[in-house]
Amino acid sequence: MLAQFLQFLFSGVTVGATYALAALGFTLIYNASHVINFAQGEFIMLGGMLAVFFTQAGLPLPVALLLAILIPAIVGILVEKLAIEPVKGAETVTLIIITIGASLVIRGLIQVWLGKGTFSLPAFSGDTPIEIMGATLLPQSLWVLGVTALVVAGLWYFFNRTLQGKAMLATSVNRLAAELVGINTSWVLFMSFAMSAALGAIGGILVTPITLTSYDVGIMLGLKGFVAAVVGGLGNGLGAVVGGLLVGILEAMGAGYISSAYKDAIPFVLILFILFFMPRGLFGGKSTDRV
Amino acid sequence: MALLEVKDLSIHFGGVKAVQNVSFTIDAGIVYSVIGPNGAGKTTLFNLITGVYKPTTGQIRLDGETIEGKSPNELARRGMARTFQNLQICMNMSALENVMVGAHLRLDRNLFKAALRLPGLKRRDAELRGEAAELMRFVGLEKYIEARADSMPYGALKRLEIARALAMKPRLIFLDEPAAGLNPKETIEVDHLVRKVADSGVTVVLVEHDMKMVMNLSDRILVLDYGKKLAEGTGEEVRKNPDVIAAYLGAHA
Amino acid sequence: MKKNVYLGLLIVIAVLLVLPFLVPNSFYLDLAIRMAINATIVLGLNLLIGFAGQISLGHAGFLGIGAYASAVLPTHFGWHPLLAMLAGAVATGLLAALVARPIFKLKGHYLAMATLGLGIIINIALRNEAQWTGGPDGMPVSAMGLFGFELSNDKQWYWVIAALLVASIWTSLNLIDSPFGRALRALHGSEVASQVVGVDVVRYKVAIFVLSAVFASLMGSVTAHYIGFVSPNFADFFHSIELVTMVVVGGMASVYGSLIGAILLTALPQALATFEGWETVVFGAILMGFMIFLPRGIVPTLAAKFGKGE
Repeated sequence: MLAQFLQFLFSGVTVGATYALAALGFTLIYNASHVINFAQGEFIMLGGMLAVFFTQAGLPLPVALLLAILIPAIVGILVEKLAIEPVKGAETVTLIIITIGASLVIRGLIQVWLGKGTFSLPAFSGDTPIEIMGATLLPQSLWVLGVTALVVAGLWYFFNRTLQGKAMLATSVNRLAAELVGINTSWVLFMSFAMSAALGAIGGILVTPITLTSYDVGIMLGLKGFVAAVVGGLGNGLGAVVGGLLVGILEAMGAGYISSAYKDAIPFVLILFILFFMPRGLFGGKSTDRV
Repeated sequence: MALLEVKDLSIHFGGVKAVQNVSFTIDAGIVYSVIGPNGAGKTTLFNLITGVYKPTTGQIRLDGETIEGKSPNELARRGMARTFQNLQICMNMSALENVMVGAHLRLDRNLFKAALRLPGLKRRDAELRGEAAELMRFVGLEKYIEARADSMPYGALKRLEIARALAMKPRLIFLDEPAAGLNPKETIEVDHLVRKVADSGVTVVLVEHDMKMVMNLSDRILVLDYGKKLAEGTGEEVRKNPDVIAAYLGAHA
Repeated sequence: MKKNVYLGLLIVIAVLLVLPFLVPNSFYLDLAIRMAINATIVLGLNLLIGFAGQISLGHAGFLGIGAYASAVLPTHFGWHPLLAMLAGAVATGLLAALVARPIFKLKGHYLAMATLGLGIIINIALRNEAQWTGGPDGMPVSAMGLFGFELSNDKQWYWVIAALLVASIWTSLNLIDSPFGRALRALHGSEVASQVVGVDVVRYKVAIFVLSAVFASLMGSVTAHYIGFVSPNFADFFHSIELVTMVVVGGMASVYGSLIGAILLTALPQALATFEGWETVVFGAILMGFMIFLPRGIVPTLAAKFGKGE
């Protein structure tokens, strides 16, 4: 009984960490530009797929991983430059559609280049499972959780203790005011996209040894990441992390105890539930419009 | 005869008390102006009465009926119309259609009849088009009758909003800074227009900064400052009120 | 000015009347039929997206409900196809009404997310309930019978679908230039303004969403009977995006734009059939390109260039 519960908990927290990273990505971009970046999921996919490509191409693991994080960051900047900037200030519908378009382009290009196959990465420190109270925990899960925790801590430090980070926060609260005090808001926008992409990519890399990767994992992962961001309260960093873990755990529990066939539906049922009863999410604030 | 009664109306946005315990009465058929320095809460007061905001405390009664907390579309049903300080024009439609939308409640909105283009509906629509054109002439926009909203200048759009409000055949019309952003010549034209509207029998409630216009048009004036009622009375009374003078010329303790 | 708009309809009718005699073979007739089907679906979707300014990223889910109702109910339960179609439409309407009311009190992204989520849930359900739906492989659909007469050959279907298309265009044009239609467009232009003139904004949004969903369900049923087969891909996210692309390319808030968008983007996969994989890229590039350079879509942009109104 306990063993089974722990098993579900472990797998839920592991995948939840990926969702958390994706949710943080959504949050960063939303805060910087009020855009929901539907291409976020593709950054996750890029991380995994590029890591596979570079390791299979013979590069040593650390180099491959670095590239698999840098290149999506560059792609993120490209998305900002080519998709978001040209339509600055457009209606929500337009922005949503254009980021969907960007995600299709990215996914399509990977599909053409690397094919439709499913790939894996070797686990970072082997795959001997660790026994904890009857449940097994993969060492890779520890990597996922560990790195995610480090990343979250790093982000916290960045936003609260560094000047650049605070500049980004200022921009998200009031763009005009930030510009007036000399903050380069275009740079902030670039950085948001680059960081979001990198975050997504890291998540994608970490989880590939466990859940594998292919050209189309981005859609579901991205959408679930978005669900997590909304659950936590769109625009709230802590909410993104909590939301991610929550979605992951609920998904694993639901799949384990109720029905594994409907595993993928669970986050979406959750978001409908949240949107119906608590649209601001767990940590979101209220907002009013000036008429 | 009191058309609108406001009693102890307040709204708090978190710690900000935008409107505090404001009470006043508006009789039918007059022109009633609300003035005050920037940030005094005039537009907030408008938004409260016209249903855009829900008050924290207080009552609003229209013709004896309690209306605070009702939504704008419910208030529209009760004959209340308004224009906006920051224009709310449907740029995706033509000028005429913007005015026609004002008549929304007076028409058969049935979707099935519309889909089948029943002759009764067609005829009514043609009549409405004529009425809307008339209203545009009334507010001085004859040259824009065939225009699209997104091709019209700012001043014309402000008058278009008034035409739209009039299309509702309202009892009570709230004009939120109709002269804002207009040059002196346009302001005089708006002054005449508001007079015309009042003369046609509609009770007018006006928020305006242009003092000449306010003194010219108003039967009674309410002065707000920091969300509170500072004074109320005729133009003469208000002009001589020492608190009002202090508020405008800045002698605040 | 009113006459101009319906003139386009006459042209469409003329084209539809002549088309079957011009097409070289049944492949092209089938293509024409698929274009007409898509055009009809897109008309309904455009009312929601273009005119009312809302968004639905899960519309294919409603198509799926209609399609599978028409597949499952006659095959497993012996229902008459017309009854099944009606049942699908009713179920879709109820579902849409249930979801819409809470969601339309929110804005923009939340609506997009909710419709997306709904579409995905429907898709997963269709994929999983294999004993009814045949699972990921789909299932065959029995023929549509009308008053004892079975619709089985392409030519018959062509006339049925052409008639449906014409009827849809006509009703759409009527709706747009009516109090209901104006209220809808005002909603898109300025929600606040429409509220103060008395439009019950939430009710209207729900109404147009349900209408558009029911419409999709009916067309889903028609498609199922025409093709004779349904599969869960019909109700997947990519199909929802394809439909939105058709709206966007042809022109949001343009009836004839819906036609153009549907025609072009139904033909596109055929043209790209040899470049598997590139289809996704091209769709994505089209979406991006149009949003940047031609955000109003083909028809409205052309109309503006030639000085006409809409």
